[in-house]
Amino acid sequence: MTTTPETTPDTTPDTTTPETAMHDERVARVNAFGRLMRRPEIGALMGAIVVYVFFSVVDTTGNFVGLTGAARWTDVASTTGIVAVAVALLMIGGEFDLSAGVMIGTSGLFAGLLISEYGLPVWPAIFLTFIFAAGIGFVNGWLVVTTGLPSFIVTLAMFFSLRGINLGATKLLTDTVRVAGIDEGVGYDSAAAVFASEVWAPYGFKIAVVWWIGLTILATWLLTRTKFGNWIYAVGGDKNAARNTGVPVKRTKITLFMFTAMSAALVGVISLMRLRSMQAGQGVGEEFVFIIAAVVGGCLLTGGYGSAIGASIGAAIIGMAFIGIAYAGWNTDWSWLFLGLILFAAVLTNSLISRRFQGGKR
Amino acid sequence: MTAAALRLENVSMRFGTVIALSDVSMHVDPGTVTCVLGDNGAGKSTLIKILSGVYEPSEGALFVDGEKTTFASPRDALDQGIATVYQDLATVPLMSVWRNFFLGNEPTRGVWPFRRLDAKHAKTTCKGELLDMGIDIRDPDQAVGTLSGGERQAVAIARAVHFGANVLILDEPTSALGVKQSGVVLKYILQAKDRGVAVVFITHNPHHAYLVGDRFFLLNRGRMIAEYERSGVTREELVQAMAGGAELETLAHELESYTS
Repeated sequence: MTTTPETTPDTTPDTTTPETAMHDERVARVNAFGRLMRRPEIGALMGAIVVYVFFSVVDTTGNFVGLTGAARWTDVASTTGIVAVAVALLMIGGEFDLSAGVMIGTSGLFAGLLISEYGLPVWPAIFLTFIFAAGIGFVNGWLVVTTGLPSFIVTLAMFFSLRGINLGATKLLTDTVRVAGIDEGVGYDSAAAVFASEVWAPYGFKIAVVWWIGLTILATWLLTRTKFGNWIYAVGGDKNAARNTGVPVKRTKITLFMFTAMSAALVGVISLMRLRSMQAGQGVGEEFVFIIAAVVGGCLLTGGYGSAIGASIGAAIIGMAFIGIAYAGWNTDWSWLFLGLILFAAVLTNSLISRRFQGGKR
Repeated sequence: MTAAALRLENVSMRFGTVIALSDVSMHVDPGTVTCVLGDNGAGKSTLIKILSGVYEPSEGALFVDGEKTTFASPRDALDQGIATVYQDLATVPLMSVWRNFFLGNEPTRGVWPFRRLDAKHAKTTCKGELLDMGIDIRDPDQAVGTLSGGERQAVAIARAVHFGANVLILDEPTSALGVKQSGVVLKYILQAKDRGVAVVFITHNPHHAYLVGDRFFLLNRGRMIAEYERSGVTREELVQAMAGGAELETLAHELESYTS
């Protein structure tokens, strides 16, 4: 990072150095504040602060502000955030995945059935589950790019198909609507240590939080610092322009669908290891929570704009809301109302900010 | 003169029973601007798509640098040095100038899995390259959507030139622009020409064509009806030929009868 790029031999000796070439007197000096305000996730960040302060004030237990409270709300935020980050990349790439919620159940059941019904050791079952999820994601993506149908429809069809299969196949194989007895599988203890243990002992942070933060960093790096990330923005921003410049549009989109399904599989495996069982209806309804997190985090519904960190902050807001409402002593049914209001407020703020700081163009 | 950078020989294109192009021959030399003029429906779009590798012609042959060739895809044409800049499909508005400039050709550093964009190098190169073309953008980090239409075309042209295009095909680059912006784009066309690029300028505007063109091909109803060297034609003749002299006079009479 410290090396300066070599100047090409044919440039005249008196050309400006890269540093001065970067600055131009016509650009009003953008201070740190202005730069920050241009970030896609700024609305989410301000929202997160407001939500945090709000629930700190209404808290009746006195735990929300401290690390004990943080361990609780990051637990909710992590399982939402792991998928929301992948959903955000997919939305930046210009597509939706409504099957991301039900995939949690599907992959959890898939792994669970392999272990309890077919006696596979836990680790190979988890490995096969990720392969399986990648396959489902591939089918989603392949159908979207080859049929040209909106991903909204294709993945809605996948959502209901998987929902039916989850129930049908589970009943067929176990005669119940759940798969249990996972902890009897070979290698359960080591898998549980990786996917379902607690870290930082006195407060009981879940290891899912580590996965969540890790994936957020990875996704941010991928999006902003790699060639593939450039392609994600391009295919979502203008598919035709991307194709004309030689970006493999179909491959990029299919890969994003595969990432999304695999992130849902990770949450499925985490749930399976935690609960030692899986309900056939697990994950249904979550798909919109992921989309809310991504949109609150600054992703445009039309694609081409957004960030992975934003989606994670969106997930954090959702986690704070669910735990904060419980800590305030209110009925948790109100969480959904809160999510609706947060979604609206965040999107409104995002659009106002972008108009103010980007000269009305996004 | 050496072999033409790009040459079409007796090219025809049929879609079912529709004959879009019939027996078209043309050639494009390095360091010149070749204008293809035609009204709506003359076959300009079909010609562009053949030149850029979208369609394979029904009959006839393509030569790149004197060698007979075929284009399997637009990417293939690009690899053979034929770059096409489409009117409004050239850049991604939400992405920054430097990301657009290197889209599809991103410079990277490091080894996989740590391979990453060389953003600093990309920004410097982008700014310098645009400056060399006489395009002074303010900040390579700004979104292309904030640039004017002419500047956007310019970025696309500079990109094609930077990535080694020998032939640059411009599809109606000035049609959506105002007078001043058109002038800016025409200037960049000459810049590209000075760098030895063979420019194909496709337009229905003979005034713009005459300002920069070295050779003019007139396309009408799928046929190449005339070819002019710059020295052998005046602007009035070009306008006349393009509009079909008689038709224009009839139109002039009709319009006069309204105003009188």
